Amino acid sequence: MPDVMATKRIYGLVAEFESPDQLLSAARRTREAGYRSVDAFSPMPIEGLAEAVGFHSTRLPLVVLLAGMFGAGGGFFLQWYANVVSFPLNVGGKPFNSWPAFVPITFEFTILCAALAAAFGMLALNGLPTPYHPLFNVPRFVMATRGRFFLCIKARDKKFHVDASRQFLESLMPFGVYEAEL
Amino acid sequence: MESDPLERGAEISQPRVIEPGYTISTVTDKISSIVLGQRTRPGWFLGFGASFLLLLILLYAVTVLFAIGVGIWGVNIPVGWGFAIVNFIWWIGIGHAGTLISAILLLLHQKWRTSINRTAEAMTIFAVLCAGMFPVLHLGRPWLAYWLFPYPNTMWYWPQFRSPLVWDVFAVSTYLTVSLLFWFVGLIPDLATLRDRARTRAKQIVYGFLAMGWRGSAVHWKRYEMASLLLAGLATPLVISVHTVVSFDFAIAILPGWHTTIFPPYFVAGAIYSGFAMVLCLAIPLRKFYGLEDFITMRHLDNMGKIMLATGLIVAYGYMMEAFMAFYGADIYERYVTLNRMVGPYAAVYWSLIALNIVIPQALWSRRVRTSVGALFAVALIVNCGMWLERFVIVVISLHRDFMPSIWLMYAPTRWDWMTLLGSIGLFLTLLFLFIRYLPMISIFEMRSLVTETEGERT
Repeated sequence: MPDVMATKRIYGLVAEFESPDQLLSAARRTREAGYRSVDAFSPMPIEGLAEAVGFHSTRLPLVVLLAGMFGAGGGFFLQWYANVVSFPLNVGGKPFNSWPAFVPITFEFTILCAALAAAFGMLALNGLPTPYHPLFNVPRFVMATRGRFFLCIKARDKKFHVDASRQFLESLMPFGVYEAEL
Repeated sequence: MESDPLERGAEISQPRVIEPGYTISTVTDKISSIVLGQRTRPGWFLGFGASFLLLLILLYAVTVLFAIGVGIWGVNIPVGWGFAIVNFIWWIGIGHAGTLISAILLLLHQKWRTSINRTAEAMTIFAVLCAGMFPVLHLGRPWLAYWLFPYPNTMWYWPQFRSPLVWDVFAVSTYLTVSLLFWFVGLIPDLATLRDRARTRAKQIVYGFLAMGWRGSAVHWKRYEMASLLLAGLATPLVISVHTVVSFDFAIAILPGWHTTIFPPYFVAGAIYSGFAMVLCLAIPLRKFYGLEDFITMRHLDNMGKIMLATGLIVAYGYMMEAFMAFYGADIYERYVTLNRMVGPYAAVYWSLIALNIVIPQALWSRRVRTSVGALFAVALIVNCGMWLERFVIVVISLHRDFMPSIWLMYAPTRWDWMTLLGSIGLFLTLLFLFIRYLPMISIFEMRSLVTETEGERT
């Protein structure tokens, strides 16, 4: 039934599982079978699942570190510039660059920038917001945020073939296998 | 699920974090049905209505304040910081328990925090909003509040960065921003659940918009957990810095009774103390009203009681050291301030503070008190009042008699002061009632993890 035209219109094949352990072993076996464009979906984080679909580390900590350093530098620069360069202000004969007094605001700026980077960096790396995603076309996929576990082999995978991949997913004993249309 | 006798024997030592018999789906349904249920319970309308009335009182008091000025309050020289600053510190302190529960206990792998962290975080945000309002109202010309921020202006003039009051602006605004981020990031997976479970089109659109297309991908979860961990790591020093900076408002001044190095740690401990008291004051009625006893169990209440006891003892140590240092040191002004607190015209306030904050909470040593919902609620309420009195003692009693007896004066709040305080409670409760109606008050996805983990422990 699925001809060449149909294959092109598919985002991927989705298999539904009933428990986290089933999903975890299915994800591992899918990787072992040679699939590379694989993603797994679960209602809560599952230890080792990201590694099982071939994702090992995230750059987020680096982003946060850089943002924190930017915040520290920027926070101190703001105060130094204001009190030394722009409007030298003599308070009680203290030096213009009275750095100990600048520490609290420098600290707050560090935290502020790092926290903004952590939240928005996470969203950006995850590609959120995503108003439309082909997976939402699978009616059963609403269960991914409730109590069911899904594994998706994307059509862009070199090894992907609608029939063969469906057969492979069926062999993992899922609750069901669905096509995600683009 | 029947539990066998052997299991039950093991449970006697410590109550569970979650009662047995829940699966991932039933946990989801139970919590999300509070939000998605079509029928709003009459009790909610009652509570919301009462809170909203208090909020209207706030709006009235603030309108009159804007029209006439801070002269309607009881503040004058020498007591220039009256209720506004007392309330500011009280509210911001209350907020701190939320961050402690969500950040510090996350870093310490305290799984029991799961069912209370969402409400506690919401409490933080609403308390910080209430707190942030007071210094602005106190400015005299609140419409010029933006002068506190460094922004380019025609005079090339800047805020006084060496002043703790300006540090406060940065500390509190950073705290509010980071708390909001932390709270919202925590909400994203639950918003996706609500999006997928919602029946009406309007709810699907609103929750769908807020969930931003969250799908629960393993890769997303990985980054998500990393972000939560990083935010927790950042919020932990932040929460300590915020109340430290608040205490600098006092400690850096030379006024006797304020100028002491013990202020930062003892302010932070006091903040956590009052914050946990407020969490208990909210959690106890909420679990009763929404039937969440299976999720917010006696274990949670017991643990929070213990934390209150511990932080309360640190606060007691702070009071003791303040008094000790006054007599140990050679500063006659410091000594006078301490005596004035104990036997001066406000002695009743001071001794009520000692009774409410130090003496009565010692009841928490008793397991019977910690496991009795009513007694715990009463102690928590008492501590909340006690912590408010503490700030009154610090702010007002220190100010009303300083170095020069010719300007000594008594401070008395006016009805506008009281209305603003009551009104701020109204603002807090109004926001809280809206929160429990429209957002899941318990983190659903973390409860799912908890269910799977406790299942593993049982088998």
